[in-house]
Amino acid sequence: MSSNTNFLLSIENLTVSFDGFKAIEGLNLYMDESELRVIIGPNGAGKTTLLDMICGKTRASEGSIKFRGKELTRMREHRIVWEGVGRKFQTPSIYEELSVFDNLEASYPRGRSVFGALAFKRDEEVLLRINEVAKEIQLETRLDESAGLLSHGQKQWLEIGMLLIQDPELLMLDEPVAGMSVSEREETAHLLRKIAKGRSVIVIEHDMEFVASLGGKVTVLHQGKILAEGDMQTLKQDQRVIDVYLGH
Amino acid sequence: MNRLFSFFQDRHAGLGSILLLAIVLMVVMPLVFDIYRLNLAGRYLTYAFVALGLVLCWGYGGILSLGQGIFFGIGGYAMAMFLKIEASDPESTSIQTTPGIPDFMDWNRITELPWFWVPFNSLTFTIIAVLVLPAAFAFLIGFAMFKRRVSGVYFAIITQALAVVLTILIIGQQGYTGGINGITDLRTLMGWDIRDDSARYLLYYLNAVLLIGCLLIGRWVLNCKYGRILTALRDKEERVRFSGYDVANFKVFIFCLAAFISGIGGAMFTLQVGFMSPSFIGIVPSIEFVIFAAVGGRLSLVGGVYGALLVSFAKTMFAEAYPQLWQFLIGAVFILVVLVLPYGLASIYGRFGHRMRTPFERWLGDRKARSSASSGGFQEPLQEKRP
Repeated sequence: MSSNTNFLLSIENLTVSFDGFKAIEGLNLYMDESELRVIIGPNGAGKTTLLDMICGKTRASEGSIKFRGKELTRMREHRIVWEGVGRKFQTPSIYEELSVFDNLEASYPRGRSVFGALAFKRDEEVLLRINEVAKEIQLETRLDESAGLLSHGQKQWLEIGMLLIQDPELLMLDEPVAGMSVSEREETAHLLRKIAKGRSVIVIEHDMEFVASLGGKVTVLHQGKILAEGDMQTLKQDQRVIDVYLGH
Repeated sequence: MNRLFSFFQDRHAGLGSILLLAIVLMVVMPLVFDIYRLNLAGRYLTYAFVALGLVLCWGYGGILSLGQGIFFGIGGYAMAMFLKIEASDPESTSIQTTPGIPDFMDWNRITELPWFWVPFNSLTFTIIAVLVLPAAFAFLIGFAMFKRRVSGVYFAIITQALAVVLTILIIGQQGYTGGINGITDLRTLMGWDIRDDSARYLLYYLNAVLLIGCLLIGRWVLNCKYGRILTALRDKEERVRFSGYDVANFKVFIFCLAAFISGIGGAMFTLQVGFMSPSFIGIVPSIEFVIFAAVGGRLSLVGGVYGALLVSFAKTMFAEAYPQLWQFLIGAVFILVVLVLPYGLASIYGRFGHRMRTPFERWLGDRKARSSASSGGFQEPLQEKRP
């Protein structure tokens, strides 16, 4: 199969095995520019592993991941970020001892080398950008507070904000609403739809209502392979999907 | 008043607390102590360089090195080699089989100055070596380990092993290094007698000035974006990596900076004490350095300095009376600090200061001042992290 460079992300024949167990096997997945893609599937289907492989945390045994025509499978993690791939972890990963402002600044895409970070200046541009993102994640009044004092939902938003600051072309979110209250879920869905404008987003999610509220194409993973792909309405009718996932 | 307070206790070390330390070191201690005690204090302050380096790389970077004696030793030996060559001029060593080489070489039947000793004829080279060699060696260790993502306890064990290796190497190569006795009998620096009282005063002040300089460097590093990334990667290394940072480089840098600062301490030690030996490199001194930082407060730059001074003075006084008990006492102090005061003496100051401030603010009723003080005061980390 030849790779099509018109896609933002093209994953071909991707395989990874851990001591013989194939967490992902011969997976093919293509994403367009500005596409919102939701990945669902039962536990152990390989959803998180797939994100780990795109961002370089786990290395592929076989196959390729091309982002804008560039091969990511052998690129170092921070270089993948520089290419424009952002990743949110499943549990909120924020720097609890730093202020909300510092958390956002730590992801600002300037001063990423040691000497760049030593010479980094908090100029007008940085302040404006941080305020802009803080407004988007509704934390603009809490910039000076320690990030550890935020609620669980706010921590999740802060991490999303840390990714927004990087302005990635591809944003990957691993269960962004896990552990959130109903109203927080709604606000997160709203936030994600807003974010998805102008960039591609991959969301892993278990909450079907939330998936439906996001819209976009859904990919069902099962045992490291793609079981089905399509919009939520069609998939709900698909007998295979019902059997492995929706049924229970 | 509030502004004054935050001046004294900024997040890591306010300029005020550094100023206070400078006054203690340069005015109070010279007035209170006689020259013998002052020289002793100067010796302890050279350990403070290492403690300061540990506050940076362990406290803030989360990199526990149990081999900081290596860098203290490299700096100290570089200086000692220069002084020894000067002390071994042909006239004063005329009774030797080969005059003009250090005495221990002659005792070990070496007849020529070894090649790696030759450049230490030059003071310029020696100063460059003191400043560069420890950091360069740290770079080699750091690069090899952090690029392979060796961290935590494994890193600590490897640095400790390296400290042992270096000690054994120095002891084993007696003819080139002076062996277990070290390099002794150092008298003059470019003809200037470093053992008389005026020289001791001068060296003490030079030491204090260099220490304050290193504190300011440390404060600057922590206050820029690099410092915040450093704290961030101590707590959430993966998040930092996947935010586009080459984490290994950030660790290598702080480890090198700590080594650089330790090396200066080592050189000042040799100048003030007049000898250098492997007993300042191995496991015991390396762990003592960690204890200084832990007792003083591993998140406080000035805390490391006070920790080095207090523990060392306590050691001198206690060890004179009960030499066998000292090791147990220092062990107990370390355990106590870890259990009761994980952030050392500096956190007492932080808590006390906070209590002092609150009623005053209530009386003042100035909300604005309160919010500015709360962001400026010493902040104890929210969650206790394992070192």
